Amino acid sequence: MAGKVFAYIVHNNGVADDSALELVSAAKKIEDTAPIAIVTGSGAGLDAVCNEAAASFAEVWKFDADALAYPNAEIIRPLLIKALPENAVLLLPHNTFGMDLGPGLSIKLNVPFISDVVAFEGLEGSLLKAVRQEYSGQVSTHVQADIGSGAVINVRGGSFVADESKSAGGQVVDKSGEIGDIIARRRFLEVVAAEVGDVDITKEDVLVSIGRGIEDQDNIEIAHELAEAMGAAVSCSRPIVDAKWLEKSRQVGTSGQTVKPKVYLALGISGSFQHMGGIKGNPFIIAVNKNPKAPIFQVADVGVVGDILELIPELADKVKGS
Amino acid sequence: MEILVCVTRVPDTAENEIEVDSSGQDIQRDDLVYSVNEWDNYAVEEAIQIVDRVGGSVTVISLGDEDAEEVVRREMAMGANNGILLSDEAFEGSDGRATASILKAAVQKGNYDMILTGAQADGGAGQVGGMLAAMLDYPYASLVNSIEVGDGKTLKVGREIEGGNQEMNEIEMPCVLSIQTGINEPRYVGIRGIRKVASVDIPVMGASELGLAADSVGSAGAVVKRLDYFVPEMGEGAEMLEGSTEEIVDKLIELLKAKGGIK
Repeated sequence: MAGKVFAYIVHNNGVADDSALELVSAAKKIEDTAPIAIVTGSGAGLDAVCNEAAASFAEVWKFDADALAYPNAEIIRPLLIKALPENAVLLLPHNTFGMDLGPGLSIKLNVPFISDVVAFEGLEGSLLKAVRQEYSGQVSTHVQADIGSGAVINVRGGSFVADESKSAGGQVVDKSGEIGDIIARRRFLEVVAAEVGDVDITKEDVLVSIGRGIEDQDNIEIAHELAEAMGAAVSCSRPIVDAKWLEKSRQVGTSGQTVKPKVYLALGISGSFQHMGGIKGNPFIIAVNKNPKAPIFQVADVGVVGDILELIPELADKVKGS
Repeated sequence: MEILVCVTRVPDTAENEIEVDSSGQDIQRDDLVYSVNEWDNYAVEEAIQIVDRVGGSVTVISLGDEDAEEVVRREMAMGANNGILLSDEAFEGSDGRATASILKAAVQKGNYDMILTGAQADGGAGQVGGMLAAMLDYPYASLVNSIEVGDGKTLKVGREIEGGNQEMNEIEMPCVLSIQTGINEPRYVGIRGIRKVASVDIPVMGASELGLAADSVGSAGAVVKRLDYFVPEMGEGAEMLEGSTEEIVDKLIELLKAKGGIK
C-alpha cells in the first residue's frame, strides 16, 4: 500500500522530456495504475505539455505562473510541499533538476528519499524494494524504504522503457490557484550556452573516445594520431575535460554532447551512466579498460581488458599500414 | 567569509576493482586504495581560492572513523585552516539523511556563511548537501561549477545543467552548495605539505558533544536500508577479446573495417 504516485514532468519548448513516459513505467512498477503528472511553467508551451501528458497520466496537475517559467528547484520545492497530498509518492528524473530538488524536498516532507533508482522490485505492504548502483556502477545494491507516509524517488534516465500506451485518458487540472506567494532565496538569472568547439563530435560517424585511462596530458597526442589514421574524431569522458586536457565541446555525456556515431571506441573510459547517457543510436562499441569490473563492459559489443597506452600506438601503426 | 567543507574518505573507484564480499552485505575492503572523495577535493580547493580572494577561513569536516582523520589532514595540507572529525560508533551505518543530521548539528556549533559538499560520493546518491540545506533551512544549489562572491550577502553561482550549458543563479548566504568536478584545478599535495600539518590537533566530536540521540543516527536512524550488494546478471555483455597485443590489434582492425570504423 502506497499513497498516490506523482511524477514531475521536465519540459522544454513545449515538449516533455524523455523522462516523462519513463516515469509512467516506473510508477506502474509501484502501483499498477497511471500516476498523476505535475507540470509547472508558464504560457502556451506549458499547455502543450499538459495536453500531451493527459493521454499518459491519470491526471495532469498544471501550475501556471510567470515565476515558474524556468524550473528553479528552490521555488518548486515549497510549491510541492503545499500542493502534494499526504502520503504522496513523488517520482523525479535523476537529472540536474531532480538532483537539485529531491533530497531537500524529502526532508521538508519528512519522507524517505531514494536516489538514482534503476529498478523497482516490488512493494510488500508499504515496504518498497529498489535497485541502485554504487561505486561508479561497479556494484549494485537492493535498498528498502517504508513509503507508507510517502517518498521522494529519483529515477535514472533510460532505466525504464517509456510507456507509449497513451491509454490513461487523464484530465488537465489547473492548480495555479494553489501556488500562492513565491519567495526564493535563490534567483535564476540566465542560461549560458555551451561553447562551440573546433570539432563537432555530434556529427562524426566514428569516435575515438578517451577517459581517465589516458593518464597524462602528453598521451592525448596518441589518441589524435589513431583518430587521424582511422578518419575519426577524438572525443572524451568527463575527467579529461575536468583536467582541462580537451575542450568541453569534446565531452560525451549528459553534461556534455549527445553523439550518434556508428562506431564508438571507448579507451580507458569506465562507462558511468552519465557518460553512456550521451551515446545514442546504438553504435558498435569497442571498449578497452584495465579494470575488468568497469561498467563499460556491460554495454560494449567488444571488450579488451588491457592498457590503452600500450594498445593505442600499436593500433594506430596497424591502421596506417593497412 | 567562513566556509565549511564536508569531505569524506572513499575507496577510489578509478584505482580499485570493487567486488561484493562473501556475505553479500559489504564490498571486499581488503587492499582497497582509499582517497578523499574526488568531488570534495574540488570543493576544498574552491573554498581556499575564495578565502584567498576575500579573506576568512576554511574548515574541513569529515564523518567517519579514525581513518577519516587522514583525509581531513590531507585537505588541511592543501590550505584549509581548521579540521573537525565527527566520529562515534553510533554514527556507523548512517544513510544520507542521518549523515545530513549529524552534519547539521556540527554546522550549528559554528558560524558559517557557506557550506560546501561534493556533488556526490561513493554511494552515488548526491543527497547529503540538499538534505543538509533543508534541515538548516538554507537555500541550496547543486552541481555548482562557478562561484563569484557578490556584495557579501549573495553569491553568483553557476550550475552545470544538461548539454554542457550553465545555469546562473544569485543565492543568498548562508547557503549550501554541492560542488561539481572541473570547477577548478585542485592543487597538488606533497609529502612536505602533509608533514606540516602532521601534528595539528583535529578535534573529534561524537553524538553526545553534538547533542544527538544515538538512535537517531547510524544504522538505527536509517530510513533507507541497504539489504545487500550484488552484481546484476547482465545481458550478454561485451565479447571479450583475449590474446597477445598483436592478436588483439589484428582482431580490432578486422572489426573496425567490418563496422565502418576505418575510412
